[in-house]
Amino acid sequence: MDTEAKARELRKKEFKIAHYAGGGHLGAAFSVTDILSVLYFGEVLKYDAQRPNWEERDRFIMSKGHACYALYAALAEAGYFPEKELWRVGKPGSAFGGHPKMYDIPGVEASTGALGHGLSFGIGIAYANKIDGKPSHTYVVLGDGECQEGSIWEGALSAPALKLDNLTVIIDHNKLQAMDQLDNIVPMHPLGEKWKAFGWNVLEIDGHDHTEIRNALLTRKKDMPTLVVAHTVKGKGVSFMEGVPIWHYRMPNEKELPILMRELELTEEDLKQSEAGA
Amino acid sequence: MRTAYLDTLYELAKKDKRVYALISDNGAIVYDKYRIDFPEQYLNLGISEANMLGMAAGMASCGKIPFAYTIGAFLAYRAFEFIRNDVCLQKQNVKIVGTGAGEVYSALGPTHHATEDLGGLRSLPNLTIVCPGSPMEVKKATQAAYEWEGPVYLRLGTNREPEIYEKDYGFRLGKGVMLRDGKDISFVGTGSILKDVLLAADLLEQKGVHARVLNIHTLKPIDEEIIQKAVEETGAILTVEDHTIIGGLGSAVAEVVAEYGKPVKFRRMGLQDFSAGYGSYAEVKSMNGLGIETIAKAALEMLQ
Repeated sequence: MDTEAKARELRKKEFKIAHYAGGGHLGAAFSVTDILSVLYFGEVLKYDAQRPNWEERDRFIMSKGHACYALYAALAEAGYFPEKELWRVGKPGSAFGGHPKMYDIPGVEASTGALGHGLSFGIGIAYANKIDGKPSHTYVVLGDGECQEGSIWEGALSAPALKLDNLTVIIDHNKLQAMDQLDNIVPMHPLGEKWKAFGWNVLEIDGHDHTEIRNALLTRKKDMPTLVVAHTVKGKGVSFMEGVPIWHYRMPNEKELPILMRELELTEEDLKQSEAGA
Repeated sequence: MRTAYLDTLYELAKKDKRVYALISDNGAIVYDKYRIDFPEQYLNLGISEANMLGMAAGMASCGKIPFAYTIGAFLAYRAFEFIRNDVCLQKQNVKIVGTGAGEVYSALGPTHHATEDLGGLRSLPNLTIVCPGSPMEVKKATQAAYEWEGPVYLRLGTNREPEIYEKDYGFRLGKGVMLRDGKDISFVGTGSILKDVLLAADLLEQKGVHARVLNIHTLKPIDEEIIQKAVEETGAILTVEDHTIIGGLGSAVAEVVAEYGKPVKFRRMGLQDFSAGYGSYAEVKSMNGLGIETIAKAALEMLQ
């Protein structure tokens, strides 16, 4: 499957979700979109959208839950639920909020939003599957700012101690947190070296290069969990958003909207269609 | 209580491979028999309470029944958000087992006292809270926690608690137990301090005051009926708990009493602040206003 084309489709959907919800964390969603596109549509994650509780499925946890529009778009694209659900995110009666909840939404494997939770939850899943001898792999996406949470480092110590070679953690390393660059708040580098010192099999990749992403996501090392530092650009795909902290949570104004639509290849018709579907 | 808990957990683990003991580097010696016989159902995660609770929730989402165990103070405070978001929000079948209820780790000081755990945890949706009063009750509560599909906080003491029951009895989650009947006043207690409450009731008996003693072993959901009956039949309620008077048993009973709306004399006994001083458990309780004679005196004052 052409995961590049899928990624373009996902970014369109992510913006449309935000457009109809009236807001959302677009910068974070765009940052992680290529990773999700390869994970779900590049024959990496083993899943069956018709059987979301299939025991042998791989698990994906979006620990940086604020990037959930990317997850919602990928799950809809994968067939977990009808696309029209996306156009009602955050509205009364919808199961979809600004952070994802498991059990309410097919395909969502953990309720996240408060940062620093998805790693330990994923370790629990990976460990349960390992002791049961299940062939299931667990993937967790963390934010680089999220790695400032202490609980992340409890998990970082724990997974190598448990020899969880059925766990891959991807850090969406866009170098920005909510208010500024990480370097201006709490510098995290050398990020990969930190995890390596904790006992992870560390890979550093361009988080927008689909070949590099796929190779990294399929890498396994016996008795070691894998950590992928994915160097990304927050707001990737929209020129005025890329690398600008304010787009952590903001919507384009009248002047910015046409530029965004042109760059994402969205038409007036696209936005109307989603309105009709709502 | 710890031995009673571990004996029960041992039997559960033997029968059900889904049962899993997670510990945060506490109680290693008492787990010896368990971990030798069930090494595949045991994991010491090191000193990382938040990670343990998150992991437990993840394991439960795969069908395991984790019993996550360490000192209650560390669970309830350090891991609170993990209990809330990972366990309670999605109703994961995790049993959270905290030892060192109240001031039982007396000389270790307030960092090790679980004296605000009930207040914090009681506000969490989907969480059943059980504070057994004796070793026999721990066994029954552990079994009941296993049978209940959903999050449970089991508040244990340590290993020196006396038995409060003379014979076997029926235990049901959410149903209080009348340990002694009386018409003049009702003591309402929870946890191992119930032994002290029974002794205080003995002192009252010597003065011709017949006190009822109720054991609210399940703090949430609370047995409203047994409390309402106490209002009707005794007209006076004194709650006694080894916990701050804010948010725990006293508050829970006050909520029931206030909403019931019938006139009743009501008073809460418990800690007014962090517990102060060091000594044996009995000494520390006494220093902090929870001595047996103080409990009896408070009841008499209410009846004056």
